[in-house]
Amino acid sequence: MEPMAIVSIFVLAVFVGFEVVSKVSSTLHTPLMSGANAIHGVILVGAIIVADHSKTNLELGLSLAAIVLATINMVGGFVVTDRMLEMFKGKKKGADQ
Amino acid sequence: MSSTLYDLIGLAAGVCFILALKGLSHPKTARRGNLIGALGATIATLVVFLYVTPPRDGSEAHSLPLHNFWWIIGAIAVGLIIGVPAARKVQMTQMPQLVALFNGVGGGAAALVAIVEYLNLGSDATTAEVIFTVFTVVVGCVSFSGSIITFMKLQELMTTRPVVFPGGRFVIAGTLAAVLGVSGWVVTALGTTPLLVLAALSLLFGILFVLPVGGADVPIVISLLNAFTGLTVAASGYVLNSTLLIIAGTLVGASGTILTRLMAEAMGRSLFGTLFGAFTAKPQDVAAAGEERPVRSGSPDDVAILLNYARRVVIVPGFGLAVAQAQHTVRELADLMLSKGIDVAYGIHPVAGRMPGHMNVLLAEANVPYDQLAEMDEVNPTFGQTDVAIVIGANDVVNPAAKTTPGCPIYGMPILEVSNASNVIFLKRSMRPGFAGIENELLYDPKTMLLFGDAKASLTKVVSALKAL
Repeated sequence: MEPMAIVSIFVLAVFVGFEVVSKVSSTLHTPLMSGANAIHGVILVGAIIVADHSKTNLELGLSLAAIVLATINMVGGFVVTDRMLEMFKGKKKGADQ
Repeated sequence: MSSTLYDLIGLAAGVCFILALKGLSHPKTARRGNLIGALGATIATLVVFLYVTPPRDGSEAHSLPLHNFWWIIGAIAVGLIIGVPAARKVQMTQMPQLVALFNGVGGGAAALVAIVEYLNLGSDATTAEVIFTVFTVVVGCVSFSGSIITFMKLQELMTTRPVVFPGGRFVIAGTLAAVLGVSGWVVTALGTTPLLVLAALSLLFGILFVLPVGGADVPIVISLLNAFTGLTVAASGYVLNSTLLIIAGTLVGASGTILTRLMAEAMGRSLFGTLFGAFTAKPQDVAAAGEERPVRSGSPDDVAILLNYARRVVIVPGFGLAVAQAQHTVRELADLMLSKGIDVAYGIHPVAGRMPGHMNVLLAEANVPYDQLAEMDEVNPTFGQTDVAIVIGANDVVNPAAKTTPGCPIYGMPILEVSNASNVIFLKRSMRPGFAGIENELLYDPKTMLLFGDAKASLTKVVSALKAL
């Protein structure tokens, strides 16, 4: 990929990242951190690519370890975030009672 | 699948992540946002099986399926078997450390990916690729070992206080210098050994970096390491030529940085001070211990009588409430008081518990009506008209030392000013100080009454005593 294209993507993504979370209330800090944490679990994609590239047993072993860790990060992250947010759902019911 | 289609689907996944972060920033859309993020991640993972990245020497890409296909599937299955039950079974009280742990393994995964790609490319790697590889290995390893330490601190497998040893800052600075030096060595010399030395040094630096951080600053560090891991993912995206990884990693890095700053602000901490605490930390003066001072402890009946004649009561929950799982009992008490015509509000400190928003989550679970939850700025001016403030398992967030004792670890943190209420009741397990390890003068105040014991058991007794009145 062109270096300039990569720099452009990077800079734009930085600003989008700043912008989307700039007004979050403190109540949501933890779920947001946890959700962002799950998103970087997408390194799983990178781990699968390097597992495909692997030529030696050492490379394969390390990339499989990366796959296990990345899967834990991604799937566990989304599940735990959903559990946190599930708690918030109860609010409306409480107000109605 | 053509490379254009592959890239387009990757872009769609990137858009999902942006929408996910946007959704997670608002209470109404938060859950949907998380699901959109999960959808993006699922799409990205499935599509990678349908496209083979061509080798760099320009030769034809091998045909599908991917090499080592069944190994890859097996490894994903192992990850699922570990990750899903851990996330489903964890207690609410232990969620922060689980998030720390997930973040750490993500950082570790990024570092491993960079190492494998480096071994794979060998001398074909361009200087730019080596630099990005070095960055990923260093920051990924720091994130991994640092997160493990925050996990151990929160899980109370080790002391929660800042760990500072003589000459510590020189050791940390020395390790950092070594990391930078070896990074240069890897870039110029290329080779597996320098890279492994670099990984080991970075792991050590991660440990040393987090050890001096204590008490309430731990969640800020988790958020920071989270942003770090995002950046490593972006850097490995450069090496693997994956736009998706660059977008996703950068998004997390940028939003994580903002979030870290917001969290630091909510706690009245300087981000700089938290980050570089490692370099400036001095051994803390331990509060003069062993000195026996009189406290006023009461019985559940005393508390019930006090509440019965109050017009306004503010409940201040803390980590002790979470530990005792007393959120339902506290709601029962609040409902009982409301039925007696007493004005009840919950005073929620932004960082009460072990993570920001911890108390909101916990009370939401007990269906506490949202309008009874008052944020700090809202509730502080009302303590003057409050007859009784009940502090349930909170300590640091009501400790006047944050205002009166310069130099104490929580100095400058905004607190809930419960000392302005006419009476203060502390429900505590013991006289042990809070997470930050600082003595609380308010406990010795004549208008303070202490009710010792597990928060849930104590509250249950207060509820039945109040019913009997």
